[in-house]
Amino acid sequence: MSQELKQTPLHALHAELGAKFVPFAGYDMPVQYPAGILKEHIQTRAGAGLFDVSHMGQVRLTAPGADAALERLVPGDIAALSPGEMRYTMFTNDRGGVLDDLMVTRRAGDIFMVVNAGCKTEDLVLLRAALGDAHVEYDEDRALLALQGPGAAAALARHAPGIAGLGFMKAATVAIGGTEAWVSRSGYTGEDGFEISLPGDAAEAVARLLLGEPEVAAVGLGARDSLRLEAGLCLYGNDLTPDITPIEAGLTWTISKRRREAGGFRGDAIIKAQIADGPSRRRVGIKPAGRAPARAHTAVVGPDGAVVGEITSGGFGPSVDGPVAMGYVTRGCAKAGTEIELDIRGKRHAAAVVKLPFTPHRYAK
Amino acid sequence: MSDVRFTKDHEWVRLEGDTATIGISEYAQEQLGDVVFIELPTVGADVEAGGDAAVVESVKAASEVYSPVSGRIIEVNDDLEATPGLVNESAEDEGWFWRMELSDPDELEELMTAKDYKAFLEGLD
Repeated sequence: MSQELKQTPLHALHAELGAKFVPFAGYDMPVQYPAGILKEHIQTRAGAGLFDVSHMGQVRLTAPGADAALERLVPGDIAALSPGEMRYTMFTNDRGGVLDDLMVTRRAGDIFMVVNAGCKTEDLVLLRAALGDAHVEYDEDRALLALQGPGAAAALARHAPGIAGLGFMKAATVAIGGTEAWVSRSGYTGEDGFEISLPGDAAEAVARLLLGEPEVAAVGLGARDSLRLEAGLCLYGNDLTPDITPIEAGLTWTISKRRREAGGFRGDAIIKAQIADGPSRRRVGIKPAGRAPARAHTAVVGPDGAVVGEITSGGFGPSVDGPVAMGYVTRGCAKAGTEIELDIRGKRHAAAVVKLPFTPHRYAK
Repeated sequence: MSDVRFTKDHEWVRLEGDTATIGISEYAQEQLGDVVFIELPTVGADVEAGGDAAVVESVKAASEVYSPVSGRIIEVNDDLEATPGLVNESAEDEGWFWRMELSDPDELEELMTAKDYKAFLEGLD
């Protein structure tokens, strides 16, 4: 990479903790700490993991009527959100393909969004064209921490009693050890947990407070990927692309009845037709029968010997203690239980289509 | 004392009599992180120096392992099937990958000694 990598406000802390860094979306990010990906993954499912996701884009829409303008870019029901409610949705193109997936929260004075690091530049162009430059604020100086795992709520509550009673996919302003933060009960691991948006210059102090709790350890992007894969959650660029629709991706649940009927977003006719007729391919879970992991781009072979699809995310699931994958297969092969084969380095390996997730979601009620 | 040589791709080879044992270096396992699967060569197969012989999979990615020398595979480390983490715990001993009969023992002379390899690693960033 010729361009100099950016650093998050926690870079020095990661280095102090012994992180191994990798370039990710233009940032120098911790892929793992000395414990390693396997232990960090298990730690998150058993206690709590603290992730630095400050590379993600934090964007605010400040225009009056921004919800209606945003609804022209996403199929999610933004108008229906009450203050403090958040929703998962995606920017679509004219073919109904996904340009990015994102979290949207309505707040008292604005609409707050978290978008992928690798897409944020294009997302900002899209938003500014739709809402006008004056009404799209990119909070580049803010940090974003994720505290995930069954121990997350207890650990956070010791420094932020204000989180008591915060429900899943709800968000509020909360003081954490004296720092005012915007905290949502959400995440990318399948576990209960929080995402904490706060000023960059306060991030290290808050991270140290949380790391001081007995349940909590620092967890890198490596385990973040294996955790989300076991949880059956999409990674933009792998499982979602401009050539894949939300319907093919199994994300029809993110589109409300009103929005399905009224449309009014890019690619709405195609998405409507796919909801009515069923898509010709679908995202499914894939469980290799043996021990060999099947990585992204592995060809999926159907019962009659023809290629029926491709793995889009695959690797080793530490909680499953074996290989796990997801990918797209033709409609006829998408039923759970369908026996398939995977072409790994020229050899056929038995596998089956399975229901996602691989590890049950344990979100807060 | 047995002679251990290293490649620039971080494989090691130890010659004992006519038999060479091959694995990946301590540095390589450290770089890979947690090893979760190893695809070993087939016993009886002929491999060439620098040719693909095995694949080591960490949680993050798959990496090729090249044979440091030419010859025939005579044994593979079956323990790695159930316990791939042996490579992390003992890369240059219990975590060996395969044994082979050399077709050209002189090839070993072209590989780095332990001292050369140490200097080579210090030159890497």
